[in-house]
Amino acid sequence: MTAGLAGRDAALDAASRLVAGLPPAPAVWCSGLRKRYGKRQAVADVSLEVGRGEVVGLLGPNGAGKTSVIKMLLGLVHPDAGEVMLLGQPAADPAARARVGYLPELFRYQPWLSATEVLALHVRLSGTDVTPAQRRDVLALVGLGDRAGDRVGGFSKGMQQRLGLAVALVARPELVVLDEPTSALDPLGRADVRDIVLDLKARGVAVLLNSHLIGEVERVCDRVVILDRGRVAASGTLAELLGQRELKLQLTGVSAAARERLAATGPVEREGDWFTVALAADEDTAVPALVADLVALGAQVHAVEPARITLEERLLGILRSASEARSDTEGSSR
Amino acid sequence: MTTARTVLTIAALTLQEASRRRVLLALVALTVVLIALSAWGFSRVAAESGDATLTSGEARLTASILLNLVMFGFSLIAALGTAFLAGPTLSGETESGIALSVLARPIRRSALLLGKWLGLVAFGSGFVVVAGLAQCLVVWATVDYWPPQPAAALALLAGQTTVLLTLALLLSTAVSPMASGVVAVGLFGTTWIAGVVGGIGGSLGNEAVERVGTVSRMLLPTDGLWRGAMHGFQDPSALVQFGGADSEAFPFLSAAPLTPGYLLWAVAWVVMVGGLAVTSFQRKDL
Ligand SMILES: Nc1ncnc2c1ncn2[C@@H]1O[C@H](COP(=O)(O)OP(=O)(O)OP(=O)(O)O)[C@@H](O)[C@H]1O
Ligand SMILES: [Mg+2]
Repeated sequence: MTAGLAGRDAALDAASRLVAGLPPAPAVWCSGLRKRYGKRQAVADVSLEVGRGEVVGLLGPNGAGKTSVIKMLLGLVHPDAGEVMLLGQPAADPAARARVGYLPELFRYQPWLSATEVLALHVRLSGTDVTPAQRRDVLALVGLGDRAGDRVGGFSKGMQQRLGLAVALVARPELVVLDEPTSALDPLGRADVRDIVLDLKARGVAVLLNSHLIGEVERVCDRVVILDRGRVAASGTLAELLGQRELKLQLTGVSAAARERLAATGPVEREGDWFTVALAADEDTAVPALVADLVALGAQVHAVEPARITLEERLLGILRSASEARSDTEGSSR
Repeated sequence: MTTARTVLTIAALTLQEASRRRVLLALVALTVVLIALSAWGFSRVAAESGDATLTSGEARLTASILLNLVMFGFSLIAALGTAFLAGPTLSGETESGIALSVLARPIRRSALLLGKWLGLVAFGSGFVVVAGLAQCLVVWATVDYWPPQPAAALALLAGQTTVLLTLALLLSTAVSPMASGVVAVGLFGTTWIAGVVGGIGGSLGNEAVERVGTVSRMLLPTDGLWRGAMHGFQDPSALVQFGGADSEAFPFLSAAPLTPGYLLWAVAWVVMVGGLAVTSFQRKDL
C-alpha cells in the first residue's frame, strides 16, 4: 500500500518534472473548429496556433468567420466540432481564460458605471490583484486618463473602444485577443494601438489581432492567418507569405544572351524598356550578380529597382485565386 | 470560493444598476404616493368608525380588505419592477454586447445568472418588505389594526416576487428583453384572474371552474403565495364577518392559509425554472 503510494508519488514527480521541462504550451491552440448557423456554415475546419509572445494577424473578407472563430476560442460561441486550448488549458474550463484579455468587435460596457468602475469590475471578475494606480495607468495608456470618473454612457464610440482596450489589458493578460481594435479610432488612436501591440510583444504577451487595416497588421504581426469562407486560405510568417521579391530593371541593348540570363533568374515580364524579374526568396547576392552579368553581356543598365509584394497584394491574390477556383469548379460541375 | 465571489460581485452590480438606472427612485416615488393615499383612506375609515356608524367587526373587515388591496398594489409594483428589470438585465446585455466582455472573463455562465438572480431577489424582496412594513405601520397608526402574521405575510409577498422574476429570467434567456417582461407580467395577471375565477367557482360549488384556479396556482405559484400572504394580513374575524364560504369569491380576502406542501412546491418550482434558465443560457451563442 505505502510502497504503491510512494511509487505513484515518484511517477507524479517524474511527470511534473517532464512537464516543467517542456516549452510552455502555445497561447492558443485550436483544431478542426466548425460552426453552422442554421443553413450557413460560418466556420468549416479551422485550426490555428498562436505561440507565447507571438503576434498573429487574422485576416479575411467580411463574413469569413473571423469573429466566429474568436468567439469559439473564448467560449462565447459553442463550436459544433473541434478542440480549443488556451494557455495550455482546455477552454471548456473557464479558468483557462484567467489570463486572457478580450476586446470584442461589438464593444459595449455598462453605461451606468464609470470607466474606473468598469475596470474594477473586470479586475474582480478576473481574480487578479491590480492596484488602483495600475488601473489608472492602463486608462492613461489608452488615452482616457482624464475621463476616468465619467459614466460610460456618455462616452463617444471611439472612447468606448479605448475603454475596451483598457479592459482587455488591465488584468495582466498573457494572451490578448483584439477583434478589429481600431474600427472606431482616429489616426492617433490607431498609432496608439500599434504601439500597445508592439509593447505587448516586447513583454512576451501573445496577441491575436483581427483587422481590416492590412498596413497595421503588416507592421506588428509575426504571422498571419487568412480566412476565407470559414476555411484557412493561407497562413505563415510574413516572410513566407511575402517571400517573393521582384526586381525592376530599365535596360537597352538587350541581346539574346542577356535575355536568357534574365530568364534564368526567374519569370520575366517586359514593358518597353522595363523588365520585371521575380526573384527567389532571400538571395542577397542575386541582384549584384545579375547586374554584373547583364553588363558583361552588353546590356545598358539605366535603373535597378527592388520591389516587394505588399501584404495587401498578396491577400487580394489569395482571395481572388480562391474565388476563381470556386467559380471554375462550380462551372465544371454544372 | 471564487464562484461565490463572482456571484456576489454580479449581485452587487445588479443592485447598483437598479439604483443608478433610477428604478429605485421610481419605486420609492410610487410607494410614497400609495402609502400617502392609503393613509388618507384609513384615516377616513377611522373617522367613520369614530362616529360609531361602523361596528368594530366591520372596521376590522374594512381594514383587512383595504390592507390587502394596498398590498396587492405593492406586489404589482414589485412584480412589474422586477420583471422589467430582469428582462433587460440579461437579454439586453447579450443583445448590446455587454455580456461579451463579461463572459470572456474566467467565470461560469451559471454564476453570472445566479448573481443576477440573487441581486434581483434582494432588490424585489427588499422593496416588498420595506414598503409592506411601512404600510402596516400606517394602518396601525390610523386605525389601530395590526395584522396577525405580518412577518410570514411579508415573506410570502417576497416569495411571490421571487417566483415572478425567476420566470422573467428564464424568458429573457430565450426571447427579447421587452417580450420577456411583457410575457412575465401577462402570466402574472392571468394566474391572478384564474385564481379569482377559481374562487367564484368554489363559492358556486362548480368544481370544473374551481379547478381553473387550482391548476393555474400550480403552474405559476404567484397567486397561491399571494393568497397565503393575504391570509397573514387579514383579521381572522374578517372572514366570518364577510360571510364565511362566500368570501372565497372575493379577491381581497383569503379563505385558507397556505399548506406546507404548497410552499415546498413553490420552492421546487423556483429551483426548476432557475435550472431551466441556466441550461438555456449556457447553450446560447453570444
Ligand atoms: N449569430 C449569428 N447568427 C447567424 N449567423 C451568424 C451569426 N454570427 C455570424 N453568422 C454568420 O457567420 C458568418 C461569419 O461571420 P463572422 O462574424 O465570423 O464574420 P467576420 O469574418 O468576423 O466578418 P467581418 O469582417 O464582417 O467582421 C457570416 O456569414 C455570418 O452571417
Ligand atoms: Mg468580425
